[in-house]
Amino acid sequence: MININRLVKNYGRFEVLKNIDLSIEKGKINYIVGPNGSGKSTLIKIILGLVKPTGGEVFIGEHKINSDSDYRSKIGYMPQAASFPENLKVREVIEMVKDLRNHKSDFDLDLTEKFRLEREMRKKLCDLSGGTRQKVNAAIAFMFNPELLILDEPTAGLDPVSSSILKDKIIKERNAGKTIILTSHILSELEELADNVIFLLEGRIYFYGTLSKLILTTEQKNLERAIASIMNGAPV
Amino acid sequence: MINLSKHIIFFCVAVLFTQFNLTGGELQVGKSFQYKSVASAISASVNGDTIIINGGFYKEANLVIREKIILIGKNNPIIDGESRYNILSIFSDSVTVEGITFQNAGISFIEDNAAIKLDSVKHCIIRNNTFINNFFGVYLAEASYCTITGNSISAQSKKETQSGNGIHLWYCKNILIENNSIEGHRDGIYFEFVESSIIKHNFSFENLRYGLHFMFSDSCTYSENRFEDNGAGVAVMFTHRITMVNNEFIHNWGSASFGILLKEITDSKIENNYFYKNTSGIYLEGCNRIIIANNDFIENGWALRLMANSMDNIFRENNFIGNSFDIATNNTKNYNLFEYNYWSEYSGYDINKDGIGDIPYRPVKLFSLIVERNKPTLLLLRSFFAEILNYAERVFPALTPKKLVDNSPAMQRLQ
Amino acid sequence: MRTLSKIIKYQLNDVFRSKWVVVYTAFFFLISYGLLTFSHDSSKVLVSLLNVIIIVIPLISIVFGTIFLYNNKNAITFLLSQPVERKLLYIGLYLGLIIPLTLSFIIGTIIPVIIFFKVFNENFTTFLLLIGAGIFLTMIFGGIAFLISTYNEDRLRGLGISIFTWLLLSALYDGIVLLLLQVFQEYPLEKVSIALSILNPVDLARIIVILKFDVSALMGYTGAVFQNFFSGGLGFIIASSALLIWIILPLFMGMRKFIKKDF
Repeated sequence: MININRLVKNYGRFEVLKNIDLSIEKGKINYIVGPNGSGKSTLIKIILGLVKPTGGEVFIGEHKINSDSDYRSKIGYMPQAASFPENLKVREVIEMVKDLRNHKSDFDLDLTEKFRLEREMRKKLCDLSGGTRQKVNAAIAFMFNPELLILDEPTAGLDPVSSSILKDKIIKERNAGKTIILTSHILSELEELADNVIFLLEGRIYFYGTLSKLILTTEQKNLERAIASIMNGAPV
Repeated sequence: MINLSKHIIFFCVAVLFTQFNLTGGELQVGKSFQYKSVASAISASVNGDTIIINGGFYKEANLVIREKIILIGKNNPIIDGESRYNILSIFSDSVTVEGITFQNAGISFIEDNAAIKLDSVKHCIIRNNTFINNFFGVYLAEASYCTITGNSISAQSKKETQSGNGIHLWYCKNILIENNSIEGHRDGIYFEFVESSIIKHNFSFENLRYGLHFMFSDSCTYSENRFEDNGAGVAVMFTHRITMVNNEFIHNWGSASFGILLKEITDSKIENNYFYKNTSGIYLEGCNRIIIANNDFIENGWALRLMANSMDNIFRENNFIGNSFDIATNNTKNYNLFEYNYWSEYSGYDINKDGIGDIPYRPVKLFSLIVERNKPTLLLLRSFFAEILNYAERVFPALTPKKLVDNSPAMQRLQ
Repeated sequence: MRTLSKIIKYQLNDVFRSKWVVVYTAFFFLISYGLLTFSHDSSKVLVSLLNVIIIVIPLISIVFGTIFLYNNKNAITFLLSQPVERKLLYIGLYLGLIIPLTLSFIIGTIIPVIIFFKVFNENFTTFLLLIGAGIFLTMIFGGIAFLISTYNEDRLRGLGISIFTWLLLSALYDGIVLLLLQVFQEYPLEKVSIALSILNPVDLARIIVILKFDVSALMGYTGAVFQNFFSGGLGFIIASSALLIWIILPLFMGMRKFIKKDF
């Protein structure tokens, strides 16, 4: 689904991504893990076109990301902390995204219903709680049946009930053949959902493969220890 | 009884006099009339005759009147000077010329060719005539007690040297110039060595030089005239005791153009005039004891330009509204009085509500001084920085004349 | 084009509901209404309005514009994750700011003028020029604000640069020009002073208004260059095209940066 070749990103003299090669499978839940500052967000943003790479190339399907924008209609993105035009109502934001994506029918309203967002539709974004914003955020990301879902810390800020609703939805979409890229710090969640793990450290990919392969290669008992051992410099 | 008989006698004389006039000869000029040319009628006329010029085109020039006659146009006759000659000269008192169109009196650099020239005469009347494209329009030399009224005088000259004046007076006395309209001449109305005359309700516009040019002419009055778009506005020079009231001075633009240029004028009155959008409203040079009161100065470049040698003038109850600069002066002192004027730029207060601002107004701004010394800075007019400079100078006056101040500025526009 | 109009539509929806639009409209309404009730002389009102416009509009536009982009950073990021072209978003954001600012200014200023319509008869065209100058200044300083904001990630730094830019163009620049003209007084500086004024949009807007309003004074200047510049339509045409360049250039530079930028 996604092919990344020799991807480099520098912020001034600071190298964030150092020559990354990666091929992300279609129809899988891919977890990007790594400590803060390892380049997770930058990688996601490059795929979204928010950040311009210093070198290398990124393909989504057959399409090479350039400065165009149309390919993003295939992507559903749920940022870590969503922010919309503050004075718009929830309904208007949804209308706006529908309008901008030029998407007229076949909406996936699963999350809207399950999160009971109908009650919030008339409220302004600036009057919503953080958790509710996050629900709106998730609902919009899934609404347009995108082939690729990019979810940045999706469950952070959600209550346990909403969190499991979201996780169920993620699995459902994966089963429907969607490709999903997630970042998270919550390892239990990773164990629950991940098909593949991408381990990023200091701008390099230290591991890409299934969860079991990760534990196997690091010869550790569980995921937490496996990750700790990579960070301590274990060969992968 | 005596009174009554006096009246009766007077009445009889009056009747006789008019009868006499009516019974004077009437000479008809025109194609189908006794006299085919104006010249032939004039030479046939005697004192008291009336010549009626009927409608038609008369190529006649150098006409001379030496009898007390009346010349009346009927159905708009046109007398044409073929751009070469003087058209009509009057050397007799009590001549009336009325209702005739005079055109194309010739341009001459030697002679002052005019449509009508009055030389050393009294009690003449030039009334309701039309003058088109003449070198000079009506030319009076050493005339007195004459009336020039209701005439329309126009020319289309482009150069000052090839153009004469609309109404030209030289060494005259007691002349009334009223209700004329003059355009496109060198000077609209020209006065030199004229005394005790009145210029009233004329409209002088788009003349090449001055709308009114006025020199060595004491004790004259001009009122209710309108001077608009003249090359240099109005110039009044070397004269005492003039009265200028209720005139309008509009749109006189140019570096040497003035609503009124006053040079060496003393003991005069300038009241209730309206100065609108002139480069300079009034320019005073060597003027003394003039009262300038109740005038409106609106949206002029400079409302007043007051030169150092002008003294003892009084500026009272005028409105200064929206002028780029209220006053420019080249003097650091001031010997003139400003009081009770309304200045639209005044920003003081009036606590005791007597209609007079409690703090004095200084009409000379620092920026105006800068512009006087360095013209290109004019481009910074009304900029924030210029306002800051003016404000600073107002708080700590250092460069502007300290005594040029209105200590009793009006809070409201004066009606 | 359709995407652009959509962006503008939602942007306007958002901005028109914020309080500052109301405050800004009220500000101009009070100024205009106050001036007109205090004085019934159109020329006095025009002069005061000119002062307000050349000082306040640049300040508000540049400060609002800068803050506007910083405050909407997350919303911009969100919009950019949708299939929206950056170029269009930038223009959409710009118009989304400029249109409310301009409308606030026009409505606030013009309603009192309609109420007191009789005051302006002769000077109505000057008033329209003044409104035009205000619109130009809003567009120019909005564009400069976006440029500054796009180039500076740190919002305090950006705001500082904006306020300094305003101070420079509104006051310091003219001070420097005056100083130059005084120091080099012996030289013919007519062309130079016209050129210097064209380089500053605040001066340009002011000159367009005084070309009409103070033409009587300007015609009193003997310099041939001035005469030609002021009397013909030439001055107006040159000044207007310079203003257009002042709108387009910062906007274009800001947009180029915006397109390359990382969010």
